[in-house]
Amino acid sequence: MTATTPRPASAEALPAKPAIRLGDLLFSRAALWSGGLILVILAAVAIFLVAQSIPALTADPADFVGQPASFLDYVWPLVFGTLWSAALALVMALPLAIGIALFISHYAPRKLAQALGYLVDLLAAVPSVVYGLWGIGVLAPAIQPVYSWLVDNAGWFPLFAGPVSGTGRTILTAGIVLGVMILPVMTAICREVFLQTPVLHEEAALALGATRWEMIRMAVLPFGRPGIISGAMLGLGRALGETMAVAMVLSPQAIVSFALLQSANPSTIAANIALSFPEAYGVNVNLLIATGLVLFLITLAVNSIARYVVNRRKDFSGAN
Amino acid sequence: MSKRIEVNDLNVYYGKFKAVEDVTLTIEPRSVTAFIGPSGCGKSTFIRTLNRMHEVIPGAYVEGEVLVDGNNLYGPGVDPVLVRRQVGMVFQRPNPFPTMSIRDNVLAGVTLNNRRISKSDADDLVEKSLQGANLWNEVKDRLDRPGSGLSGGQQQRLCIARAIAVEPEVILMDEPCSALDPISTLAIEDLIEELKQDYTIVIVTHNMQQASRVSDKTAFFNIAGTGMPGKLIEYDDTSVIFSNPSVKATEDYVSGKFG
Repeated sequence: MTATTPRPASAEALPAKPAIRLGDLLFSRAALWSGGLILVILAAVAIFLVAQSIPALTADPADFVGQPASFLDYVWPLVFGTLWSAALALVMALPLAIGIALFISHYAPRKLAQALGYLVDLLAAVPSVVYGLWGIGVLAPAIQPVYSWLVDNAGWFPLFAGPVSGTGRTILTAGIVLGVMILPVMTAICREVFLQTPVLHEEAALALGATRWEMIRMAVLPFGRPGIISGAMLGLGRALGETMAVAMVLSPQAIVSFALLQSANPSTIAANIALSFPEAYGVNVNLLIATGLVLFLITLAVNSIARYVVNRRKDFSGAN
Repeated sequence: MSKRIEVNDLNVYYGKFKAVEDVTLTIEPRSVTAFIGPSGCGKSTFIRTLNRMHEVIPGAYVEGEVLVDGNNLYGPGVDPVLVRRQVGMVFQRPNPFPTMSIRDNVLAGVTLNNRRISKSDADDLVEKSLQGANLWNEVKDRLDRPGSGLSGGQQQRLCIARAIAVEPEVILMDEPCSALDPISTLAIEDLIEELKQDYTIVIVTHNMQQASRVSDKTAFFNIAGTGMPGKLIEYDDTSVIFSNPSVKATEDYVSGKFG
């Protein structure tokens, strides 16, 4: 989320005005309006969220469904579930995305690489409802025996603590579905950045006697680092806000638990809004919108952190 | 640590296209050999076959042999990675790794293959290599800054420092000064004079004055026409090539009648 303030056109500052060409004027105005529109849309969403959240923030928590002790008590398990499922998705999908992208950009023969790239893009076009159905219908039953085995044999490890879910519809399944969903966008971005690695730098590494993997570590990955981070953040943003896949896979409870394989799982903010909104009334509508505001702020924070990370080593970015 | 290079009947192909035909020459140790010739005559392609860098391009292969101290670079079981550690290369445009500091750039080749080096050894090597490349005094107080912040000429000397840090037998330079201003060019040429004491140097250049200034021997490459392979026309002492060449095409080229 970059907010670029348009610079004042320098032409206006000069005393002797050069001839203004219609095309230049049209384009500069069009660009200005488009840029400004982003700010307007963002502001409109933010104002809506804040205005509609205020009643929930000031209301008596006893009016909320389920009578939580306070707004924070209500939203905290959802925040946790949102971050936890998105983090699971990212941890599983990011290495895979980098691997696929490297294979496409530096290992695969050209024809295979093109076909693979096309397939990955196709994966991005599958609607999230379909992923949700796949999660319930295929992944959960198929992976349940694995979960049972993990609980039996590695149950001492806190993440794999029992009792195991009988349906396989756990937060880990939701994380896997989310991971598959965010894989295409991350792969596509990583692949594009890796392909842009200057041949000069690749040759520099090879001429020093680097193997292909060392060349990738020396030239491709450092050059692609900002791109990898941007891709991860785009994926994370999608995972944080993803609604249907999570809502379909999980039967949510208001708990905070790191256990991956149990049948009681925290829900996410977006899934909770989708599931609760049809039956919400009165101040509960405002409550749901307030959780939406929290999600908005989380996403904003994630993006800001990513931008900070990318900018921190700007001198070394390869852009100069 | 410098070694003799013998090239016997070398043909270079890009797929079906024959880029260089039938080159045979011998490069003496501790000497500077310049390759000159018009654009597209295959001199850059040929210099890249001396450390197997042409193989980076898909479909490129050679026939014939290149012997470095009697060992064929294209023999069975020879690893191109090891060849490139023996035969270093400096490119047309300076290419320090932008994500690395000056110090890390110098050490880039040394730390390959998980070779470990103690910090004090690394410090010594960085100083020695940068001094070898005449860059130490200019960068000694900013070794942890990115290499991309240096001027073009400094970057190119950083690349030379990086190449000599791994102590190769041979250094190949593919038009090392063509992206530099005259002052930086002079600095590199002086450096080549010094490096000659320890290394075998092969340099491709478009600048005939440069070839006559820095090299002991000169090879003139030419091409009969577009789509034809480049050939080695004449190879002799630089003074002979520039004063009394035996082939008419060489004389025309060095005297500026074409090219």
